[in-house]
Amino acid sequence: MFLINCPYCGERDQSEFSAGGEAHIIRPKQPTELSDDQWAEYLFMRKNIKGIQFERWNHAHGCRKWFNMVRDTSNDKIHAVYKMGEKPPIK
Amino acid sequence: MKNKYSIFSLIKNAFSYHENWQRAWRDPEPKKEYDAIIIGGGGHGLATAFYLAKKHNMTNVAVVEKGWIGGGNTGRNTTIIRSNYLWDASAGLYDHALKIWEGLSQELNYNVMFSQRGVMNLAHNLQDVRDLKRRTHANRLNGIDAVWLNTDEVKKFCPIINTSPNIRYPVLGGTLQKRAGTARHDAVAWGYARGADAMGVDIIQNCEVKGIKRNADSVEGIETTKGFIKTKKIGVVAAGHSSVIANMVDLKLPLESKPLQALVSEPVKPIIDTVVMSNAVHAYVSQSDKGELVIGAGTDAYVSYTQRGSHDVVEGTLKAILELYPIFSRMKMLRQWGGIVDICPDASPIISKTHVKGLYFNCGWGTGGFKATPGSGDLFAHTIANDEPHKLNADFNINRFVSGDLVDEHGAAAVAH
Repeated sequence: MFLINCPYCGERDQSEFSAGGEAHIIRPKQPTELSDDQWAEYLFMRKNIKGIQFERWNHAHGCRKWFNMVRDTSNDKIHAVYKMGEKPPIK
Repeated sequence: MKNKYSIFSLIKNAFSYHENWQRAWRDPEPKKEYDAIIIGGGGHGLATAFYLAKKHNMTNVAVVEKGWIGGGNTGRNTTIIRSNYLWDASAGLYDHALKIWEGLSQELNYNVMFSQRGVMNLAHNLQDVRDLKRRTHANRLNGIDAVWLNTDEVKKFCPIINTSPNIRYPVLGGTLQKRAGTARHDAVAWGYARGADAMGVDIIQNCEVKGIKRNADSVEGIETTKGFIKTKKIGVVAAGHSSVIANMVDLKLPLESKPLQALVSEPVKPIIDTVVMSNAVHAYVSQSDKGELVIGAGTDAYVSYTQRGSHDVVEGTLKAILELYPIFSRMKMLRQWGGIVDICPDASPIISKTHVKGLYFNCGWGTGGFKATPGSGDLFAHTIANDEPHKLNADFNINRFVSGDLVDEHGAAAVAH
């Protein structure tokens, strides 16, 4: 269990949050023009990185806002938290 | 030649204080080249090597393992074996495995302590009742033994369950598969390792794969901490670390790796002689031969490669266990751990060729891979040896995520994720 620094509410217990998976997957602008391969890529394929991963989280039992997080999945250390629409602070 | 294990070898070795047992498998240095290399020395990987040698005459095979064999999810699961899955494809796959389990100790000359003590799945609400009844019917149509039990029959089969209608999630019935049960997880890895080694397979431990060498369309070998090893066929059976290997060849998989937790109690006298699983409240329990309660919890909702898991997940599971089994209220839990499970969007595995020639993946078993170990190894060996899937794993190809022909087993997976 770890503490998450919600960009709107501050530090809260992880159990208040729900994970939304990999971040910065861009929704296709023209879905009707996608091939089956491209749909599969968008819907199912994930980097599933062991190491620094960019992901979406939701403060489900708090402000209920979505935000982004940079987390090391090999040790669960959180490196940065930033709002939706903002550029990631770490490359 | 390996000595045969028997009552006579046990007596004979007792006279020398069990100090002269033959080594169960060698500890070889890697050769320069193999006909096939299996990445991952868990149950599935060792079984794959075993069946490659036994059924397909491929004995110039290596299993490379970054830690020690059976040290990953093979040694971390709750050892439940069953085949009561909903869809025809899954029923075929898991029942194939269950049939091999039934003769496995004899086949390996190694006691895997397979115990057909039955697995009961409880229903706690009307939707559970409908889903489980539907699954029972589907099972019976596929020749899998499954019966529906009402609340009284559940109580009769496992008397310590609290079947009071006044608990938060009352027991409204359940399904029972009598051929299902448990096995000794370490013995499965050791038995397959010993069997594969006897046929010439090299089991190379403490050897981490660092890269996969490939040309335009096929594989050429693997870079490891013990140097480069040449091969034309690579079978990846790396469970939670499948994506790490896939990223080495720019292959994307539809997997997310998450910690799944289990815990065991102090040992007590026999109290529960079956396996009881409860999907809705997320608790399952059985008792090991040592007397410990073996309790399975859920997965964390986020990607993580730490073999721990969150405290709130265990807390939720133990709350459910205490309501269903008030008799356990003063039990002490001794050990807790996590394993990294690779979960597919449809909760079914991938046993498949890839677009790279000579590269095969066996992954995505998620929270329920142990039960399939022998079948998975058998079918993956077939796929590698023939460069074509067996009819039982043809539906579990990687292309189903493109075609949309998914095998949705979220209901039968029994661990919500």
